[in-house]
Amino acid sequence: MRPIDGVARGHADATWSIPMSLVRMLVETEAPAADLAQPVDAFAGVRRFALGLLIPLALALAWEAAVRAGLTDGRLVPPPSRIYETFVGLAASGELPRHAAATILRVALGFGLGVAAGTLAGAVAGYWALARVLMDPTLQALRAIPSIAWVPLFILWLGIFEESKIALIAVGVFFPVYLGVMGAILAVDRKLVEVGRVFRLGGPAMIRRILLPAVLPAYVVALRSGLGLGWMFVVAAEFMGASEGLGYLLIDGQQLGKPAQIVAAIIAFAVIGKATDWILTAATTPFLRWQDAFGQAETP
Amino acid sequence: MLAIESVSRTYPGGVHALERVSIAVAAGEIVAVVGGSGCGKSTLLRLVCGLDRPSAGRVLLDGGVVTGPHEKIGIVFQEPRLLPWLTVAGNVEFGLDGRPRAERAGRAKVQLARVGLADKASAWPRQLSGGQAQRAAIARALVTRPQVLLLDEPFSALDAFTRIDLQDHLLDLWADLTPTLLLVTHDVDEAIVLADRIVVMKPRPGRVHEEIAIDLPRPRDRQSAAFDFAKRRVLCALDRSLARPGVDREAAAEAGAALWW
Repeated sequence: MRPIDGVARGHADATWSIPMSLVRMLVETEAPAADLAQPVDAFAGVRRFALGLLIPLALALAWEAAVRAGLTDGRLVPPPSRIYETFVGLAASGELPRHAAATILRVALGFGLGVAAGTLAGAVAGYWALARVLMDPTLQALRAIPSIAWVPLFILWLGIFEESKIALIAVGVFFPVYLGVMGAILAVDRKLVEVGRVFRLGGPAMIRRILLPAVLPAYVVALRSGLGLGWMFVVAAEFMGASEGLGYLLIDGQQLGKPAQIVAAIIAFAVIGKATDWILTAATTPFLRWQDAFGQAETP
Repeated sequence: MLAIESVSRTYPGGVHALERVSIAVAAGEIVAVVGGSGCGKSTLLRLVCGLDRPSAGRVLLDGGVVTGPHEKIGIVFQEPRLLPWLTVAGNVEFGLDGRPRAERAGRAKVQLARVGLADKASAWPRQLSGGQAQRAAIARALVTRPQVLLLDEPFSALDAFTRIDLQDHLLDLWADLTPTLLLVTHDVDEAIVLADRIVVMKPRPGRVHEEIAIDLPRPRDRQSAAFDFAKRRVLCALDRSLARPGVDREAAAEAGAALWW
């Protein structure tokens, strides 16, 4: 079976090179645990990773060579070296840190507000049935509205400066957090809640000692999807008119015809977005060591 | 003294789980409740520990009406129900909230040693075997020194060896503080090994059918003729409790036995 398998895989790589490598990159960045779950030898993993990088690297090098050889001027599709130069230039001049800081601040504020509101509303709706019956239909109806549709209203209400941008991000973050917390509280094991009742825990103690720890794993997932949406909405917010921020760099690059700057800003988004997600995961992992879950291999 | 006084429980769907059940349990006594499925055994325990309220009648502990979870009444469920985010020691300390940290840790440590889990204090519940987890649950219930300990089929999910081991162990633990034990089980052997008195219930609606005193000396020999005799008495009572009126005796006994097993 092995040779046939190898032939098939090689064939697939050669024929469907670009989609396959994209898919593999996505899979490998999203779920590194999948590699650990399979008892393959280490080299196979490295080889697959290298094979996945082959196509994008080859394309990049070929484009670089084509531009250097004068086959094309690379004005609209800048070669990697020019993107790198732009990136380094922006970083050295302090432009990139300044814009990145503005964007991070917006995401942080919007995420903070969205998480606070989403957690509170989710906890209330999850714990009290009456609140759920009253609130949930309205919130679900609001959730059905594409969040970008709020932009004109937010600008009218809050002006074109920071407030409307932060409000838009907060709205984007609110819904996944609200849904995640409410769903998780409703799904807490009745049997564990009864343990709390037998030991005569009151409402606040029940929430603190039983419900919150029980929903923590689901809460982390809700926070991560909220954060992902936060990064999505900050771009939309910065498109609606900003004088700084990574989204401004994108618009600026478009209007002044600087594609290298656009790509540099996109790379900055990818790096910072991934980094914040990693920080969130790393910060919450110590609290989830107790889990008896499929994704958690026991470390002896 | 725990008194269950003509307690009835009807669920909103119209299911009649219990009908005028009265059981009096003296302090330090061990009473086992046995019966076929659907005779309201578990409902009875939920009413005594205050997780559920009777539709009629009342539960008294030393003359006071039990209206909700009571600090002097502890319970061990069929499943260990350990909180997975607390260590074993943390689980045992769970019911000692409000006491100084040192006292909580000390009492949990003593109780864990008593159930033979001293070396598992800092383990997570997921790392315990079924028997160990149930020991931890018993330690959690006993660490508050309850006056009444309720046990809802506590060993039914365990293998036979572990079950026999834990039954003997439970009697040792009982001898420490001699709490009143009210045990629900469908294992007749278990009831006879543990109980001073066995209450046989009959189903639909759940009622007390018969009470059988077991006055064998402890420790009880599971192989002895007296044990066998007691077992036959309880099994016959169970058969009678499941017999339907107007059905011939022999067939009814067989049908009952089939239902029961």
